[in-house]
Amino acid sequence: MTFNLQFLVFSVLKIVAVLAWVYFVLWALGRKPLWAKLVGIAVAFGVVQLGLTRFGDFQLMNDFDRGLLFQACSMTMVALGLNLIYGFNGQFSLGQWGFYGLGAYAAADITYRWVNQDASGVFVAGLGVILGGAMILAVGRLVKRYKGMPILSQFSLYLIGAVLAGYLAVVIGNPIARAFAGGFGSADAPGILQSAPIQQAVFLLAVLIGGAFAAEISFLFGLPVLTLGSDYFGIATLGFSIVVQTLMVNTDTLLPFPEMKGGRGMIGIPKWTTWAWAFIFLMFAIIVMRNLIYSSTGRAIMSVREDETAGKAMGIDIAHYKLLSFVIGSLFAGLAGGIYAHYIGFLSPGTFDFIIGFNPLIIVVFGGLGSMTGTIAASFGWLFFLEGLLRVLLGQLGTEAPTWRYVLYPITLLLMMLLRPQGLLGNVEWGFLKRPIFPPRKGSSTATAAPPGGELQPAGE
Amino acid sequence: MAQASISQKSSLAARRPGARLAWIGQGFLLLLALGVLYILVTSFFKGPILFIQIVLSGLQLGFVYALIALGYTMVYGIVRLINFAHGDVFMVGAFVSYYAVARFQLHTWPQMVLRGIPPGVAVVIGTITVILLVMLVCMALAVVIERVAYKPLRDAPRIAALITAIGVSFFLEYYGALNFVFSPRFIPYQRPFEVVTFYISNGIHQLQPGQAPPQGSLLFSNIFIIIMVTSIMMQVGLQYLVRRTKIGKAMRASSVDKPTARLMGINVDGIISFTFALGAAFAGLGGVLYAIAYPSINTLMGVLPGLKAFVAAVLGGIGSIPGAFVGALIMGQAEALTMGYISTPMRDAVAFTILILVLLVRPRGIFGEPEQEKA
Repeated sequence: MTFNLQFLVFSVLKIVAVLAWVYFVLWALGRKPLWAKLVGIAVAFGVVQLGLTRFGDFQLMNDFDRGLLFQACSMTMVALGLNLIYGFNGQFSLGQWGFYGLGAYAAADITYRWVNQDASGVFVAGLGVILGGAMILAVGRLVKRYKGMPILSQFSLYLIGAVLAGYLAVVIGNPIARAFAGGFGSADAPGILQSAPIQQAVFLLAVLIGGAFAAEISFLFGLPVLTLGSDYFGIATLGFSIVVQTLMVNTDTLLPFPEMKGGRGMIGIPKWTTWAWAFIFLMFAIIVMRNLIYSSTGRAIMSVREDETAGKAMGIDIAHYKLLSFVIGSLFAGLAGGIYAHYIGFLSPGTFDFIIGFNPLIIVVFGGLGSMTGTIAASFGWLFFLEGLLRVLLGQLGTEAPTWRYVLYPITLLLMMLLRPQGLLGNVEWGFLKRPIFPPRKGSSTATAAPPGGELQPAGE
Repeated sequence: MAQASISQKSSLAARRPGARLAWIGQGFLLLLALGVLYILVTSFFKGPILFIQIVLSGLQLGFVYALIALGYTMVYGIVRLINFAHGDVFMVGAFVSYYAVARFQLHTWPQMVLRGIPPGVAVVIGTITVILLVMLVCMALAVVIERVAYKPLRDAPRIAALITAIGVSFFLEYYGALNFVFSPRFIPYQRPFEVVTFYISNGIHQLQPGQAPPQGSLLFSNIFIIIMVTSIMMQVGLQYLVRRTKIGKAMRASSVDKPTARLMGINVDGIISFTFALGAAFAGLGGVLYAIAYPSINTLMGVLPGLKAFVAAVLGGIGSIPGAFVGALIMGQAEALTMGYISTPMRDAVAFTILILVLLVRPRGIFGEPEQEKA
């Protein structure tokens, strides 16, 4: 028995520290004056940044922890998106991993082309995303005018629009990109376009374009599929992630992207994700999510989960809110994909296998459906816990350890479903994510009638 | 009366002008169908023999999917649960038969025990023994899964049961992948009988080992025939069981209305377990046949066939047994033709594209009954 007690204690301490950090971030975000909030966030950011900095021989968080941290950030975004779709809106989606992959590949392709003296990624993809968004808005107005149009017809119109937008983007984008070709310089004398600030800007653009791309695809896909019942929707989205993975395997044969190298995996993606970027996107996801949930839109989204018929009777456009939450959830997944791709520097279809795609679902279920805190804490805790567990098991079991890990967590999942179906942090929200208490408006007739917390709670069933 | 309904209809049309635009979607579908038809027809005329050969391989695949799809459709019909673990029961079936044949030589028992029996009969009896053993093991496994994992969640939200099903599926896959269980490797499967290949060119001939089939002949093997016969027999048997016997009646009653069935004195829990067991038996049989046809087994082998069989069940109309059969045959064809004429990895993509299209155009499937409103 080579049981490494020291390592075990250290892993547990690490998980506790990470969870404490998460708690601190959420607490700091909830402080009232803006400056206190900013100071809190800066401290949270700085602590980790210090941990990542190397002082001589000493580095608090080694590269392994750094990788876990970035993965946890992207996983949090994916899981938050899934929680919006599944926990808050009640649509059982297994396709989140597919959108994550789409975002990752789209963003990676843009920066890959950029470092290889080709600006076409930014312009074609960027134009495509912009034109696609414009098309969706335009067709949306058309659809609104012709009320009662069958879903299939709407879908055909959107599809035609999307193909047109893509074609236009290629036709317009490529010449623009060629005009920029001179700015790259040569390998030994890099031009202005290869300077660090521009690269960072391109990285940001790439991640945003990847997210927007995933969101638009999710709109096209969700429009017809969201009309199905929950089980069918789950299977259809699972099918979506399998189709996406198959397309990834065929990027160099069926699709015209030889640089993605199909099943062999895409290498040479610039590793531009820094802790600052990961932190910014994480904050973005948390803040957007919280403000969405506690708005009237959020209440409408939750009403879809609680009772569609009652929601409809209150004048809520069920289809609209289903689609909205699906698109926002996929947007988060797409952004997370971009962050992940530029941290890991290597993408292969195996990463986006649908079996691994159950991970965000498991995180959301563990943390608690409809609990943002649960999702965030579970993503961080889960990654650090599983990797810690893996290290512990590795000492005992050698190469079988990863398999044992996958044997243990279905069992935990089953026990969870049986004993605590609302998740570990089912009804708990920390700090910033607590339900805000709005002072009653003066002269409002309901000011005294509504008891605090008596309304719809963002909690699991 | 008639006047009123007409005026109501026209006012509806005025309020919903988009209803007149249904032709856009229909035209889109028509174009898609025409495109597929064009590809099929041109590839048929390019090489009819190749085309028929691909269709035959698609049939073989489809008959195996049919066996798995039966389990999905029965279970979904009764408990409204997508039993993700079904594909893994199929995998367990393949592995059990592998151990029975390769390790314990179970298929040779007639030659050991009953001396002087003709070898052909001995092989048939031996293979059937293996299959029966597999079916029994799978039934036991399914009953255990049902009792341990699904039954406590009978009254929980359906999603909880679905997540549990995913958990069970994971557990079987990865527990099976441990070295002391099945190991994570791809294992070459040993068939309990020899493959005999036939070719059709001026009559049916047996292909001798080492002989090249003549140019332009159609090949098929005894495996194809066995799979076809078994699958059709099981289909007919199940149809008989569900339509003509008392337990079948109880199954149908439970699928329509469980509380009322209970009031009529039906042991609904027993029926549910029985349904799981029956489905698992078919899945185990399917696993053996699949492993015989594609002799390389792995603990993750059940995932995609399972999902595709589910798609087949949805395509045929979930809850309908002939529907599952027809849906599985269509899926087999779609997959084989994709592999033959588009690209091999696209076979998985095509299955799910079909699913999405079916759900859009006819969500209740080919043979499905319209969904009734339930409380």
